[in-house]
Amino acid sequence: MTVATLAPPAGKPRSRWKEPSILPGFPLAMGWTLAYLGLIVVLPLTALVLRPWEAGVAGVWATLTEDRVLAALRLSFGASLLAALTNVPLGLMTAWTLTRYEFPGRRIIDAFVDLPFALPTAVAGIALTAIYAPTGVLGEQFARLGIKTAYTPIGVYIALLFIGLPFVVRTVQPVLQDLDREVEEAAQTLGATNLQRFRLVVLPAVLPALISGFSLAFARAVGEYGSVIFIAGNMPLKSEIAPLLIVIKLEQYDYAGAATVGLAMLVISFGALLAVNFLQIFLARRGRA
Amino acid sequence: MNPTIRLPGLAPLMLLGTLAVLGVLIVLPLGVVFHQAFAKGLAAYIEPLTHPDALHAIQLTLTVAAISVPLNAVFGVAAAWAIARFEFKGKSLLVTFIDLPFSMSPVVSGLVWVLLFGAQGWFGPWLRDHDIRIIFATTGLVLATVLVTLPFVARELIPLMQDQGADEEAAALTLGAGGWTTFRRVTLPNIKWALLYGVLLCNARAMGEFGAVSVVSGSVRGVTTTLPLHVEVLYNDYEFVGAFAAASILAGLGLVTLVLKTVLEWRHSGELSAGRRH
Repeated sequence: MTVATLAPPAGKPRSRWKEPSILPGFPLAMGWTLAYLGLIVVLPLTALVLRPWEAGVAGVWATLTEDRVLAALRLSFGASLLAALTNVPLGLMTAWTLTRYEFPGRRIIDAFVDLPFALPTAVAGIALTAIYAPTGVLGEQFARLGIKTAYTPIGVYIALLFIGLPFVVRTVQPVLQDLDREVEEAAQTLGATNLQRFRLVVLPAVLPALISGFSLAFARAVGEYGSVIFIAGNMPLKSEIAPLLIVIKLEQYDYAGAATVGLAMLVISFGALLAVNFLQIFLARRGRA
Repeated sequence: MNPTIRLPGLAPLMLLGTLAVLGVLIVLPLGVVFHQAFAKGLAAYIEPLTHPDALHAIQLTLTVAAISVPLNAVFGVAAAWAIARFEFKGKSLLVTFIDLPFSMSPVVSGLVWVLLFGAQGWFGPWLRDHDIRIIFATTGLVLATVLVTLPFVARELIPLMQDQGADEEAAALTLGAGGWTTFRRVTLPNIKWALLYGVLLCNARAMGEFGAVSVVSGSVRGVTTTLPLHVEVLYNDYEFVGAFAAASILAGLGLVTLVLKTVLEWRHSGELSAGRRH
């Protein structure tokens, strides 16, 4: 914005990639930023991208087609998808309640939504396990119904539900807050029912935020480790998540295999986020048309 | 905007539903931590916390956070200064790289350091010849923590400084203030609450991080176990009261963070990045 107008008097040679400015400190700030990012992010990621290929394409393929790897990837992405999808209505309801209704303790409850961000994942993990184990408060009830929750894929799903909820609430909340009430009121005046008002006025406005919240919850869930491994039971082929498989491969000194699983997770997540972005663009276009 | 009850028939239902979801999903686990920690009384709660291994884990956690958080705070300020105060090509690529650690699995954030510095890592043989340990040592814990928490401060400062613009700094410079003086007297006071907010979140994650540090630590009890790893070690040894006692300290840390964060959002909302204003 204003930065461009702060250009020094003409006559100074213009640098090619940076707009001139009277503010000092660019070389130092930029140099530090690039050096730090290079060392902490780029160099390690280079290792992640290059090391899987040590045994050639065949080695990567062999790792990716192991039954155990396929099962773990399927569980990680499947449970994450289900949990993120469940979090969409739950998060929308929570965000709606927190923005639209006034009730005692609303701000406290609002603050509590962020607890999954603030609670260390290992703590959440053992607490959820204590709740859903066959002897736990809720696990006992489920067991009575004949449903095993902890130490099964359902346990993984529950942990991912916990970790993903705030993402949906926090992306939808500001949109609901800023939503123009007049449009809703106009719809009501024109005789729209509550359901019509929600479906035709509110939903189209919050849909992009819902999709963003969904993709954030999904991305977080795919890589989640601490809150999942305690409740998952970690049975090979059944309740073993992909991040755990990386740890197991490292313990066997199979660096290339571990890097392959890590890279595969990154690539699949990236593809999923790309698909979500295209969906957003598609919806935005349709909204304008 | 005044929230009012818009749908009289639906309002109680929505409120009940929300309370049920938040109660079961979020409050119950928190309650269980403290319930389990005190299940066998106060003495049984305190005893495992005064064990040398537990004390060492607490000390190691504090050490790792004390190194990682300032590093990422300085990085955040430098990155925000470069990105929010100057126009240059490739800016969005740079921002993407800063955000990248948020979309990486914590386990991958640990794995990458093992790929570099582990026994069979790129620099593994060289490190062994020079008798330097990074993996299974404090340095590795710090590197993993720094990677995981890298975006926190930068993410708070960049949008805020972009919103604020450079007019005040430009005025100070025009009036003859030096670069550092301008930064100290103009920029820093403008961003201090957002900086604190970022540091708070960064610290909470640094102290609570589990996946990344578990990969590089090797979990040698009483040597390379941070507090979250200590929780795991005790839990896997069926020392449940001890595990939940250690977990209760971390839960306390999470609660304190939540309270401070909420206070910042209420008191200084105008001085935080737009997404944090309530």
